[in-house]
Amino acid sequence: MKCTVCREPAVIDMRRHNSNFCATHFTKFVRDQTVKAIDEFEMMTPGDKVLVAVSGGKDSLAVWDILLDLGYDASGLYIGLGIGDYSDNSKNYARDYANSRGVELIEIDIVEEYGYDIPDGSRAARRAPCSACGLSKRHLFDQAAIDGGFDVLVTGHNLDDEAAVLFGNVLHWQTEYLGRQHPVLPARQGFPRKVKPLVRLGEREMAAYCILSGIDYIVDECPMAVGNKHIGYKNALNEIEKNSPGAKADFYLGFLRKAAEKFTGESAEAREALGECSQCGAPSPSEVCAFCRLVEKATRQPVEISRKKVAP
Amino acid sequence: MLVRLRHPNREIEVSGPISVIKLLNRLDLNRESVLLVRNGTLVPGDSMLDDDDVIEVRPVISGGYA
Repeated sequence: MKCTVCREPAVIDMRRHNSNFCATHFTKFVRDQTVKAIDEFEMMTPGDKVLVAVSGGKDSLAVWDILLDLGYDASGLYIGLGIGDYSDNSKNYARDYANSRGVELIEIDIVEEYGYDIPDGSRAARRAPCSACGLSKRHLFDQAAIDGGFDVLVTGHNLDDEAAVLFGNVLHWQTEYLGRQHPVLPARQGFPRKVKPLVRLGEREMAAYCILSGIDYIVDECPMAVGNKHIGYKNALNEIEKNSPGAKADFYLGFLRKAAEKFTGESAEAREALGECSQCGAPSPSEVCAFCRLVEKATRQPVEISRKKVAP
Repeated sequence: MLVRLRHPNREIEVSGPISVIKLLNRLDLNRESVLLVRNGTLVPGDSMLDDDDVIEVRPVISGGYA
C-alpha cells in the first residue's frame, strides 16, 4: 500500500477518503482538516488567547499539539476528577506533554478544591458517573476560561464524538440539544466561546496522529465510562461505517449543513431563560445551578466559594 | 506472533503469516475501532504480519463526553 500523495509506503489507510498516507502526509492531512474546520466555522484567529481542556487522552493532547504547531497561544486546563489511578495516570500524561512543549498547564482538583470525587460524589448525588463528571467539567471549564481571561475554550471532541451525540439526540428527539449541537458556541454572559476544531477528524485518525507524532496518551478507558450509552452509539455507528465508509461524516457534517439551523430556535428560547446562580454566580435556569447542587449533595455542604479565581 | 489486546489487557499467540484484515476478522474486531502497531509504528490494512512480530491492537474508542 502506497501513500496517495508521494507513493512512499503508507502507514494508514483511510477508506472514507479513499486514500492512504505515509506518516508525513497523514500529519499534514490532520493539520489541514483542523485548519479547514477552524476556518469554515470561524472558530478563532491566531491572536486569540486559547485554553485547551486536556484530559490526558488522545484527542485533547492532539488538538493542543496541532494548535501549538499552528502558532496559537494555547494553555492547557486539566481537571482532576478523583477517579483513582485513572486520574493519577491521566494527569501525568497531561503534565508530561505540557513539560515536553514548555507550555502552561492549569490544574484544578475537585477533591482538593470542592471536597468530592466523581465515584462517591455521583453516588451521593444520585447521578450517573458520566453525568456528574460532564457537569463538573463543563462548569469548571467555563469558569477557568472566564476567570483566566481566555478568548476561546477548545475541546478535543472529534467526528465520532459528535456523530454519537447526534445519534443519541435523534434517537430520542432531543430537539433542544440538536439546536445546540454546533462546533462553535459563541461567548455570552458567563460562558466563554467554545470550539471543537477536530469535528472533521475521527478518533481512529486522532489515535494515529498521536502514535505517529510520538505523543504518549492514556489508552486505558475511564473505568466509570465502560459500557456507557455513548460508547454503545459509537460502536453502532462503526458497524455502519465498516460497510459504508464515510457514513459518520455524512451523518454529522450533513446535519450541520442541512438540518442544524432548523432546531436553533428552541435552544435560543431555553437560553434566554437563564438567570444567575445565587451561590456561584454562574448562568443558571434555577436559583442554584446544577453544579452547586451537585457539590452540596456530594459533600452535604453548601458551596461557599463564589466564582473561584484560577491563576493563569 | 504475539498479539497484545486491551480492555481487558491480555496477550494471545496467533500463527503467521496473516494479513491485518484477516487477523482483525479472526479476532472479531471492527477495523474502524482499532489501530495495529508494530515496532512503534502503524500497520495499514493490507500488510502481512509474520510469526516473529509483536503486535499491539490499540482500541481508539473513548467514552467521555463533556
